Amino acid sequence: MRFETTIGLEIHVELSTASKMFCGCSALFGGEPNTHTCPGCLGHPGSLPVTNRQAVAYGIMLALALNCEIAPRSIFHRKNYFYPDMPKNYQISQYDVPLSSGGSLEIDMGDYIRRVGITRVHLEEDTGKSIHVGESGRIHGADFSLEDFNRAGIPLAEIVTEPHLKSPEEARVFLQSLRSIIIYLGISDCKMEEGSLRCDANISISADERIGTKVEVKNMNSFKSLYRALVFEEERQRSLLQEGKTIVQETRHWDESNGVAIPMRTKEEAFDYRYFPEPDLVPLELDPTWVEEIRKKIPELPAAKLERFQSQYSLPQDVAMVLVGEEEMADFFERSADSKASPVEIGKWMVGDISAILNEKGISIKEAPISPQMLGELVLLLEERTISSKMAKEVLLEVFETGKSPRSIVEEKNLLQITDEKELEKIIDEVMAENSKAVDDFRSGKEQALKFLIGNVMKKTRGKANPSLVSDMVRRKLSS
Amino acid sequence: MDFKNKLIRKSALELAKLIATGELSAEEVTSAFLERIEEAEPRLHAFINLFPDFAFEEVSRMEARFQKDGENTPFAGVPVAVKDDLSTKELLTTCGSKMLENFVPVYDATVVKKVKDAGVVLLGKTNMDEFAAGSSTETSYFGPTMNPWDTSRVPGGSSGGSAAAVASYEVPWAIGSDTGGSIRQPASFCGIVGMKPTYGLVSRYGLTAFASSLDQVGPMARNVKDCAAMLGVIAGHDSLDGTSIQVEIPGYSGMLGGNVKGVKVGVVKELAGESIEAGVLDLFNRSLDLLEGLGACVEEVSLPSLKYALSVYSIIASAEASSNLARYDGVRYGFRTDEPVEDVWEMYAKTRAEGFGMEVKRRIMLGTYVLSAGHYDQYYSKAQMIRTLIAEDFSSAWEKCDLLVSPTSPTTAFQLGEKLVDPLKMYMADMCTIPVNLAGIPAISIPCGLSDGLPVGFQIMGPPLGELKVLDVAYAMEGAIGFEEKTAEKVLPS
Repeated sequence: MRFETTIGLEIHVELSTASKMFCGCSALFGGEPNTHTCPGCLGHPGSLPVTNRQAVAYGIMLALALNCEIAPRSIFHRKNYFYPDMPKNYQISQYDVPLSSGGSLEIDMGDYIRRVGITRVHLEEDTGKSIHVGESGRIHGADFSLEDFNRAGIPLAEIVTEPHLKSPEEARVFLQSLRSIIIYLGISDCKMEEGSLRCDANISISADERIGTKVEVKNMNSFKSLYRALVFEEERQRSLLQEGKTIVQETRHWDESNGVAIPMRTKEEAFDYRYFPEPDLVPLELDPTWVEEIRKKIPELPAAKLERFQSQYSLPQDVAMVLVGEEEMADFFERSADSKASPVEIGKWMVGDISAILNEKGISIKEAPISPQMLGELVLLLEERTISSKMAKEVLLEVFETGKSPRSIVEEKNLLQITDEKELEKIIDEVMAENSKAVDDFRSGKEQALKFLIGNVMKKTRGKANPSLVSDMVRRKLSS
Repeated sequence: MDFKNKLIRKSALELAKLIATGELSAEEVTSAFLERIEEAEPRLHAFINLFPDFAFEEVSRMEARFQKDGENTPFAGVPVAVKDDLSTKELLTTCGSKMLENFVPVYDATVVKKVKDAGVVLLGKTNMDEFAAGSSTETSYFGPTMNPWDTSRVPGGSSGGSAAAVASYEVPWAIGSDTGGSIRQPASFCGIVGMKPTYGLVSRYGLTAFASSLDQVGPMARNVKDCAAMLGVIAGHDSLDGTSIQVEIPGYSGMLGGNVKGVKVGVVKELAGESIEAGVLDLFNRSLDLLEGLGACVEEVSLPSLKYALSVYSIIASAEASSNLARYDGVRYGFRTDEPVEDVWEMYAKTRAEGFGMEVKRRIMLGTYVLSAGHYDQYYSKAQMIRTLIAEDFSSAWEKCDLLVSPTSPTTAFQLGEKLVDPLKMYMADMCTIPVNLAGIPAISIPCGLSDGLPVGFQIMGPPLGELKVLDVAYAMEGAIGFEEKTAEKVLPS
């Protein structure tokens, strides 16, 4: 049997506004529990919501970046259900008249492009954070629960995709591409581990034209766990179908440490949210000129940048993709490529040695002591053959240690490459005199002796000699 | 008549003037009313909590402010009572419920803040139907309030405490809230003036929500001018309320001329028919003659969709209430069950079962039902459509009339316990007032006489933001009726 996988995602992004969605409290992550709170986000009697304009602007920007239509008039609804981390026991969200709809995002899968429909982008408020104390670690069976309402009311953009993703890998690439766009827009830090980017997935498997029964999977805390959860669910559903069993429509909870998605609730147990228009807020009417102002603020997005990096700087696609994948890297590259050094070489250094050092140190390029100018200088020194590539690697490490410029490091350490032929000839003569056996060996046909002699010259110059020049000169001397 | 009894007969505006000119001190005034409250409360139970210490502290704070700035606030030293569903910082705010029996808010409602800024002194918080769900103040967890005209009768509700306090001269004026008639109907039952302003004119920030799209805070007083003055204090745009209107507030009380000549008054056929008690209808008709005598053109108009108003209201108000009252769950504040519980769901269930009274539960269940999957379209959605029709009926009425009138309530104050057992009969008590909330328009109730010794209210409705017009006609009628002058002794000890 041939199975087709269908996946749709529901992504929540915490918007990095200064204040919360419907009150003036700080929207910063963390803080002592229950310090970023007020009567509004604690659901005290009589408190009322007031819509945060900045959050609306961010929502519009995201919707536009995902090619959505912006609704000139949208409505906030109340989503009613009881849960201790929800101060009002309803969440202000959007329902049948959302901020935007009908968008799309194309993702690059290497050998093909997948166009993923975006059903909608809408705005809502986040809930508080519960810590359930007890063996289960979940609300059911907890001894008690602790609530932190600092997160309650932080603006969220919810992005719902069409079921256009065909594999766990596509889902992962989609989420990474989306994250990259959001970071480019500067509207969220998208840290999955801090919960500012969260993803739920709907997955179904089908053996024929009919679409299968969908299962929702929640609680994936990283790109990898999204992928693992979907692979798990894909395999579970496939083997059920192969055994001729039916799939139950349900919601499952991904257990990262055990690598399994466990049943949470079935369709019958699902909440009836009793949505109705939020009477405390008037409909969100958008001035089209404001929407256009926001559109103009959208920076160049990853896909456009990728294309430009390849055409403008002749970067190979793989290098360009790595650079574009992180806005900070892309910016660093462009400022560095502003020097006389070759952009292609700069790109290679960034995705190679620099990325390796950053990974090892666990820092971002912004936090690194190297500046774009320094990298330009380093590549230029290499291209001018002032230093060898081996030396360049050492200089780079030194830059990371000291923050000094490559040129000053090279000068201080006297690392300039010896390219003066007279100086080299003197050293070569000395080496040949000291190793007459090797000279004889070469002349009697032992090619290996040449390498031995070159090695000794390099040793004597402490690696500063230009190896290819040395090789030419020794060969010339021996055959004269 | 002793000093106290003389003082408490003064209107709010008179008191303000006497305090401003130094003829009375704010302490004297505060003491006199607190004394009157002490005397009347055992019989009435208009207040849930009294704050005499706080009141005297306010008076000293105000005097210090006066000495520093040299300028007095307009109503400095005039006492007020506030309904217990308005948030008062550091002062118990119970909403008449066991759920909030010990709840002390951390902030002042915008209305409370405005009242304080005007120098008005809060004496206490008045009794009300639990979470404003009721029309008789009998559903209060703290026990009912009695009608000052006849203590075997209800004062109306849900702002029954505020109405009784004003009617019995415990305070010169008070603040209530009106979702379906909760200011006007008790005003009618207690023989005072009560106004529900245009939706959005007065901030709802700090008003414990019952039905957010219908709730509106408003003034209650013994005369139209005081009522207008209090409206001037509390009205105005508030950035903390997303449904607040941005509009200039006229100095209502200073602009009353009492000119009725040529004003086109429509009598709403659907609200003045056979469902109105004979004695009430008789007084209503006599008031219409009086209006004509003052020069108004009175004619009957029909707003056919009003026959659905009560049903529409029951659905929309309950739906919103079911959601608004969800926050009382025992998690963060307020009452929590003492019973042992297995999990949070059981804690919710027991807390709410013990913390809410019957009527609140009834409305939560009704509201939950009309919003639930499979019923939404049939009930909530349809009710919203008819609500639009009702608003449209009013809109077309304004093309022909400047104002609309009806009795405020189909009956006079009924006996305590009489309708508590029959919710449908109780809901009928609001049949004339509910359409106003559904349309979001302003309306006032003024006393127009006594039927069998009990006050009857006359309702005047105006177009959106037509407060001044409503108040002006009410002012003219009040002068012609002379209700307070004729009846004050009936609720006052000699």
